[in-house]
Amino acid sequence: MASGIKDKVAILGMGCSHFGERWNDNAEDLIIEAFVEAIEDAGIDKSQIDAAWFGTAIEEQHVGKSAVPLSMALRLPNIPVSRVENYCASGSEAFRGAVYAVASGACDIAMAVGVEKLKDTGYGGLPQRSRGAVNDLFWANASAPGSFAQLATAYSAKHKVDAKDLKRAMAHVSVKSHENGSKNPKAHLRNRIDEDKVMNAPMIAEPLGLFDCCGVSDGSAVAIVTTPEIARSLGKKDLITVKAMQLAASNGREAQHNSWDGSHFVTTRAAAERAYKEAGITKPRDQISMFEVHDCFSITELVTMEDLFISEEGRAVNDIMDGFYDADGKIPCQIDGGLKCFGHPIGASGIRMLYEMYLQMQGRAGERQRKEDPVFGMTHNLGGFPHQNVCSLTIIGKEGA
Amino acid sequence: MEVGILAFSGYIPKSRLQRSEIFKAHAWFNPGLKGLARGERAAANWDEDSVTMAVEAARNCLADQDRADISGVYMASTSYPFQDRQNAGIVADALNLSSSLQTLDFSSSMRAGTSGLLMALQATKGGAGKVLFTASEKRQTKAGNALEMTSGDGAAALLVGEGDIMARLLGAHTESVDFVDHFRGEENNHDYTWEERWIRDEGYMKIVPTAISALLDKAGINAADITTFCFPVAARNVAAGLAKKTGINPDAVADNLQATVGETGSAHSIVMLVQALEQAKPGDKILVASFGQGCDALLFEATDKVKSAAASLSSSLKNGRPESNYNRFLVINGELSTEQGIRAEVDKNTGLTTHYRNRYLAQRMVGGECSKCGTIQFPKTNMCVNENCGEIGTQEDHPFAEKIASVNSFTADRLTYSPDPPAYYGMVQFEGGGRLMADFTDIAPDAELSVGDKMRMVFRVKDYDNKRGFRRYFWKAVPLEDTQKGV
Repeated sequence: MASGIKDKVAILGMGCSHFGERWNDNAEDLIIEAFVEAIEDAGIDKSQIDAAWFGTAIEEQHVGKSAVPLSMALRLPNIPVSRVENYCASGSEAFRGAVYAVASGACDIAMAVGVEKLKDTGYGGLPQRSRGAVNDLFWANASAPGSFAQLATAYSAKHKVDAKDLKRAMAHVSVKSHENGSKNPKAHLRNRIDEDKVMNAPMIAEPLGLFDCCGVSDGSAVAIVTTPEIARSLGKKDLITVKAMQLAASNGREAQHNSWDGSHFVTTRAAAERAYKEAGITKPRDQISMFEVHDCFSITELVTMEDLFISEEGRAVNDIMDGFYDADGKIPCQIDGGLKCFGHPIGASGIRMLYEMYLQMQGRAGERQRKEDPVFGMTHNLGGFPHQNVCSLTIIGKEGA
Repeated sequence: MEVGILAFSGYIPKSRLQRSEIFKAHAWFNPGLKGLARGERAAANWDEDSVTMAVEAARNCLADQDRADISGVYMASTSYPFQDRQNAGIVADALNLSSSLQTLDFSSSMRAGTSGLLMALQATKGGAGKVLFTASEKRQTKAGNALEMTSGDGAAALLVGEGDIMARLLGAHTESVDFVDHFRGEENNHDYTWEERWIRDEGYMKIVPTAISALLDKAGINAADITTFCFPVAARNVAAGLAKKTGINPDAVADNLQATVGETGSAHSIVMLVQALEQAKPGDKILVASFGQGCDALLFEATDKVKSAAASLSSSLKNGRPESNYNRFLVINGELSTEQGIRAEVDKNTGLTTHYRNRYLAQRMVGGECSKCGTIQFPKTNMCVNENCGEIGTQEDHPFAEKIASVNSFTADRLTYSPDPPAYYGMVQFEGGGRLMADFTDIAPDAELSVGDKMRMVFRVKDYDNKRGFRRYFWKAVPLEDTQKGV
């Protein structure tokens, strides 16, 4: 029986670029911006990094293939660098590579870098592109919002939630994230909005309107990890360690087998069970201090809070409307603005989520700092479509907790 | 055994463009079009072409037929999507027919429909076995040309062979005359047409009676005994004039469907024949003539079996939706170039190796059934999708195209590129197992879709590769209720 990752690896340093429309920066410039912050935070020299993982998803829009762009951008001294891609969970995959390398003893210090440069397409939204030669023969002409929008129709039908009530709760999700994003100087979208604005916005893919969709951004985030022992030897105190790291990938059940109703994420539920077990968490609703989930669309956040076993199935609407996930609620979700407002530079997002947890646990989150001292923070980084996806979950927390 | 028509059907696309809307747009230039500005014309959706319409007609035709003993698939059209790739072959593939059959395209004339049908009847009489004959047309008409108003899109299919025939061929005659009333040269998308009065007086009124008289002589039938006279020409009074000239009873002149469909080019003779058969009583004598560099004339007699025929054409006729957006018609037919956005620029190149290897998936919509656990899945893969099975190499072919599905989830997407936004799509779940995140098509702007709605699959163009002139087909879901209106 595997012993799991709990407390084997500590975060040594993190950095995150400004997210947004970085018209005048290449992906490499964004990487350097996040890296400089992370390496200074870690208090080490670049030469102490033993290996690096590079997460990015739509590389044809910016750096091209392989790990070479990262190694060249940071002039890394010919260390092992691996490029990883797993849809929108690519950043978490880079982090997983670095953490496992340290836990295995293969590396003392490892680095995860995520980047995406999405604003070079000439239009809003994600790039329209091929899905693969065979898939193009029969896949629906689906966009990301259109795929995720279907969660809402299936959820309404299953739980007999009136479409309007659901849309109102979805609106609250976005209003909350804009409120949080307004306090985040690195966020892409910093304007406050109200529910009516969300409800009346132009339709993108029914029932998702403009404000139900997250920002499409440029940005980069970096994490440097090591063992708790080395971290202490480098003078670090009050360590933040990795408690759990789980990934679940669809196997075709949702897309091809009639046992899935389309209202939830099969992968998230599978990964969540394993993650709580790995972290030794038995009552997540009482024990997790904060969430950063993959709120690519408002409805994704809504159903995810059930799939993570925080809201009871069919009851997320109530928790959301009760303010349970607001910044001052019982468990804040997206206290940094989330994908919705911090932005979603795909490869960077998973690491960006951890960055916020890390700042909050160190009391460094500025205006948006949570008063109650966070103990466990959980990130949920999803890639793909509701009917075929990868779900990456990470729990970090105070050492010994 | 006697040879004849075993089954027949017709398909008319859902959208019916109001001719008054066409006239409104062009009245400033050609007020004379007002005379044609009545009624409506059938207009194919952006993802329909002569092949997809032929497939739809053929599916109706084969609904109660065994597909295994079909030995030929013939198609007639002057608007084929492919100049060099057999279009009848695509039809046969979409119908999931055996490769052991003859496929043939007939073209180059407005009488390709009747000529092809005659060839099919002759082949089957010569021992060829059952032949599926389809005629289909999506004529490219120039904006503001009279043909734009008088033409319509549509298809028909006939199964000919021995057995329980619904109509027998009493005789046929062909006159071949290189009378060029209109033409379309190699470099042109549109027809070039000569004066109507000349066509009527020197063409229809001289060539057609010659063919009809020769046919009646050969068959030993009096003109007065003709029950139904099908002459597929839009111009008013031409058919009536021909009836008068040849001694056919004026009441026998069949409706040319000008008010509701328009003239479906080379398919129209067959569409009108199908209409006549749907309305026929046993013993009725149906004369079909069609004009184009001469004239074909065919004489059929309905048998007792005709009473049991399904009325797919009249159901399709009733299934129309009035369309008043002439701009949409122009844009989706390539007659008006509009901004499609950068998203439309994605390269739709198709690997022909990929396409051929996956043709059962992509054109026939054949999935798999696990011989171990019985789970049905789409697409077919070498490992069973059932998590409790997962057996390797147990998948047997399982066709999906004729299955009914229900909607699990859906959306109307305005972000993704579609030639006719919003793009509707959703997860549909098939009766008996299997599911697909499927494109929907023919969704009315005021449609109210719901989870649980029943859908059926239709063969449509999935993507156009305009750079290379290729197009790939796949199956899409349409609300079942819409396709059954009026049945």
